[in-house]
Amino acid sequence: MRFEINRESERHLPDKDLQACGLFGVMNIEGKRFGGEMAIKAIVNMRARGNGLGGGYAVYGLYPEYKDYYAMHIMFQDRNMDAKKKVDEFLSRNFDIVYDEEIPTNPEARVMYPPLVWRYFVAPKKKGEDAKFSDDDYVVAKVMHINTSIEDAYVFSSGKDMGVFKGVGFPEDVAEFFMLDELYEGYMWTVHSRFPTNTPGWWGGAHPFSILDWTVVHNGEISSYGTNRRFLEMHGYYCTLFTDTEVMAYAVDLLMRRQGLPIEIVSKIFAAPMWDLIENMDEKKKKLYTTLRMVYAPLLINGPFTVIVAHHGEMFGITDRIRLRPITAGARGDLVFLSSEEAAIRAVSPKLDLAWTPRGGEPVVVRLKRKDHLMSLKESV
Amino acid sequence: MVSSLKFSLRDMFLEGVRPLEKILGYIEVKGEEAVIDASELKHKEVNDLLRYTALNKVKKVEVINVVGQRYIGTRLHIPNPSPRLEIHIKGTPGNDLGAFLDGHRIIVHGNAQDGVGNTMDDGEIVVHGRAGDVVAMSMRGGRIYIRDNVGYRTAIHMKEYVGKIPVLVIGGTAQDFFGEYMAGGRVILLGLSLKEGEKHKAHYIGTGMHGGVIYLRGRVEKYQLGKEVGIVDMEEEDWKFIEEQVRRYCTYFNRDMDKIMEGNFLKLVPVSKRPYGKIYAY
Amino acid sequence: MKTYMLPEFIIERSDERCIRCRVCERQCAQEGHWYDEELDVMFHNEETCIGCQRCVVFCPTRALSVRPHPSTYRPNANWTREKLQDLKKQAETGGVILTGSGNDKPYRIYWDHLVLNASQVTNPSIDPLREPMELRTFLGRKPDGLDLKVSEDYEDVEIRSELYPNVMIETPIVFSAMSYGAISYNAFKSLAMAAKEFGTLFNTGEGGLPKSMREEFGQNTIVQVASGRFGVDPEYLNVSAVMEIKIGQGAKPGIGGHLPGEKVSINISETRMIPEGTDALSPAPQHDIYSIEDLSMLIYALKEATNYEKPVSVKIAAVHNVAAIASGIVRAGADIVAIDGLRGGTGAAPKIIRDNVGIPIELALAAVDRRLREEGIRHKASILVAGGFRNSGDVIKAIALGADAVYIGTPALVAMGCTLCQKCYTGKCAWGICTQDPYLTRRLNPEIASRRLVNLLRGWSHEIKEMLGGMGINAIESLRGNRDHLRGVGLEEWELNVLGVKGAGE
Repeated sequence: MRFEINRESERHLPDKDLQACGLFGVMNIEGKRFGGEMAIKAIVNMRARGNGLGGGYAVYGLYPEYKDYYAMHIMFQDRNMDAKKKVDEFLSRNFDIVYDEEIPTNPEARVMYPPLVWRYFVAPKKKGEDAKFSDDDYVVAKVMHINTSIEDAYVFSSGKDMGVFKGVGFPEDVAEFFMLDELYEGYMWTVHSRFPTNTPGWWGGAHPFSILDWTVVHNGEISSYGTNRRFLEMHGYYCTLFTDTEVMAYAVDLLMRRQGLPIEIVSKIFAAPMWDLIENMDEKKKKLYTTLRMVYAPLLINGPFTVIVAHHGEMFGITDRIRLRPITAGARGDLVFLSSEEAAIRAVSPKLDLAWTPRGGEPVVVRLKRKDHLMSLKESV
Repeated sequence: MVSSLKFSLRDMFLEGVRPLEKILGYIEVKGEEAVIDASELKHKEVNDLLRYTALNKVKKVEVINVVGQRYIGTRLHIPNPSPRLEIHIKGTPGNDLGAFLDGHRIIVHGNAQDGVGNTMDDGEIVVHGRAGDVVAMSMRGGRIYIRDNVGYRTAIHMKEYVGKIPVLVIGGTAQDFFGEYMAGGRVILLGLSLKEGEKHKAHYIGTGMHGGVIYLRGRVEKYQLGKEVGIVDMEEEDWKFIEEQVRRYCTYFNRDMDKIMEGNFLKLVPVSKRPYGKIYAY
Repeated sequence: MKTYMLPEFIIERSDERCIRCRVCERQCAQEGHWYDEELDVMFHNEETCIGCQRCVVFCPTRALSVRPHPSTYRPNANWTREKLQDLKKQAETGGVILTGSGNDKPYRIYWDHLVLNASQVTNPSIDPLREPMELRTFLGRKPDGLDLKVSEDYEDVEIRSELYPNVMIETPIVFSAMSYGAISYNAFKSLAMAAKEFGTLFNTGEGGLPKSMREEFGQNTIVQVASGRFGVDPEYLNVSAVMEIKIGQGAKPGIGGHLPGEKVSINISETRMIPEGTDALSPAPQHDIYSIEDLSMLIYALKEATNYEKPVSVKIAAVHNVAAIASGIVRAGADIVAIDGLRGGTGAAPKIIRDNVGIPIELALAAVDRRLREEGIRHKASILVAGGFRNSGDVIKAIALGADAVYIGTPALVAMGCTLCQKCYTGKCAWGICTQDPYLTRRLNPEIASRRLVNLLRGWSHEIKEMLGGMGINAIESLRGNRDHLRGVGLEEWELNVLGVKGAGE
């Protein structure tokens, strides 16, 4: 189900996924952990936005007892034990594995073709040349290696103190499979209900898509995919899943983690203001926005999208610049919600202090111990 | 039957929908009035029950605990005997509220989502809250009143024919592409959610507009308007129309009419009935 | 501005034969002929001639001939006459070049590279003139199987499964979407009458269905819901046989349309519900569909609006990812997927788009059928294909590739008189088809035009029966998706792969 990069010709690259979906995210900004009920209930409320071919969750603050170790969730297609053996060997060679186990699952759940899923808590074991890598970059490289070189093995989660759970089925089926409502707690949950048109049976194709502790759930289709993908390849990111979401995740990683730009700026790269609005800005802003558009033109994300991107301590939701996909934010006490539909928020919190919809391309940024989400209220309705 | 097909299709919309006789427990009918508890009902089931009430001489229905159920009021085109329902919604109705609505009245006691009154033909929708994107898209007749703000592409491609003119009144402000492609109808945007002197939030107002009228209360900059609209003077008939509609708005939402009428109103109309007549080589 | 363009056609008149009856003058919609009484001479103006051949056909003495103008630029394989003419036209107007009808460029026509099978010795061919030959087709979603309750003596069988709405047609040919507005009322009504008489369907296009036609023709109507939502009211949806969401059109994938204000007469204004004389603007997207789950929302909105009594079709243009899109459409709840190919026709489209966007229907159909089968959902939707079907041979090959039925537009127009002059967008169709000018529309008598259409359907249906019989098949469903009965000739390996057929002799 994965595809090698063909160096001879791009002709044989598979088409990317076209998909659309329901999204939901919730964070307790005081960092208090809670179970999966809200995420599950909200996404069930938006059942009509998915089609039963994919659902998934990202949970932050998941493994406090192992919070200093990278938690790798790895799936083995067709329960391929040979692949597992290869992964075990590869991990032992490159990491200190402090603990590993099969992720507990419920065989009764109505999911399609479940793979074997395993988790490993690891610390990098860098040798020689590798020493110059940061831990994060080292982990990224090793994850890429498993995902492109070991047949039937796929790392779908690799961050610290967080985890992704995903699969093929409706999101509530996936939750049941992983027993999310019984076993886990976190201070932030994002969830996705998928409506794909490609690779229907592939568990890795479900969202959230993740690298390290960054996760993306995404709704829409990126028309600029080819441009974005080929630009990112130049920076060493190889898209092996052929989903829009993957492009989004790598672009976030490049701009935010590697280049250190805040989301407030990155959002203006992904969803750049129209030229005729830039024309009406003051000189300083005009220069900034013109420069951003000039330099980062290949990372303009064109076409309809809403994404919720999360990593430790932060979650943000953003739509394309002409808001072709929906997003609604809500707040109640210490809980801040992002969702495709307001009703899904109301389903878990009938009373809200605030419910708002930002302007297209304007991010709603939710941060731990801060009230940054209120900043998006200014341009909202 | 268990399907043996590999990625067999599971209908996200109809899966698990129960037949009418199994959901009658969620409705309580008392003469011409009824109450439906929607908390455990799927999209289709809510409309199954609404259709049931309409066919059973109910005139007024209260739907409580609504959480995102779509198309409320859509399946009520019943040519004979053409009953007319008044539907009160408590909670948050889902997308396409009152789509293709055929003369019924819907009152939402809360916020509404995207697609309110999509291609609505006749009737009235009153929202005691805000509404999402594409409100009144391709609306053909009837009236919609939204107490607070609305999202993108409101009144897009609204239509009219001779005496059949749809009306949309919004108490707050709107986001971009307000009145895009408008081909008819009357839209009033009151701007009550804006601060003193604050301009409306929408850009590209009336872009592609080629029919109908937008009345805009409050401040808007020239660059916020689409190329296809112009500002013209208000005439007596316009004031009469606005007064009538604002009065209704104030009655529904309990607002002070005089204060609203003190504001500055702009009348926006299309520059041409044929905005794109000149772009082609014949 | 003085035009530098060459006339496209030359009109030649035999003065010997001309009897000065002035029929040509009256028939020409371009004011190309006129009579000078003093000189007793008929004159003509070649600048305006569009080559529609109306005057030639109606000249009682066969005095006229119209053919491409012999003046040419220096021959140049790159800078053809057409390209030069287009450049001059744009230099003179600064506009987007419009055109009508389907793509006329020499893209490969795969129908002409596919040949059909016939029975010899091992399997008898069947004579359709004397033995039953069935073309009846059902359009709509089929269940995975049936849940039956069978009595002990097997005499009484009750169907317990809930069936999806299906529509029955007597031949696998339906008329493509052509809106009232794009074509005249008489042409529109002719299609409706022919569909009703033959037991098939016509498609309203996006211009609505006049109230006066609803009761009589509703059950033979595919009503379209397109981006302009013209004429979409609850009754319109409820009188129909099928509802179709139009996402795209083969002649102009990805763009909307503008019915020019001069075509929006009072009747069209009423049917479409926009003020008279206003441009009828069809936005490029449907503004409540920006995504596959939005499509699903509209599909179910239509089902809700009609009490789940009618199948919903979704029509798309054949584009690169057509197979994946079609799969998404079926999963979104559509009962019929309609695909319009690269050569699909139009009343008006920018020429640059008509000639450059989209993929051939043959490849699209093969890819979609295969994809839906791979996913095990082919039975969940019927496939309707459109775009450049020229005769019954094309139709039967499409069915063998996997289509349930075929949309025909251009053949129907030609049957009514169209000569493919490609000037539909001018609204001056001398054949009374693509015009709203009452003087011109009167020329098309629905009684006669519908007879011509019925004749066409009858002729094609007979031919399909003959070909089926030749293959030893007596029901169209046995040919559907039966690619064993096709072979490719003169095709590349990749093309055979996409089509899923063997080469001839293999």
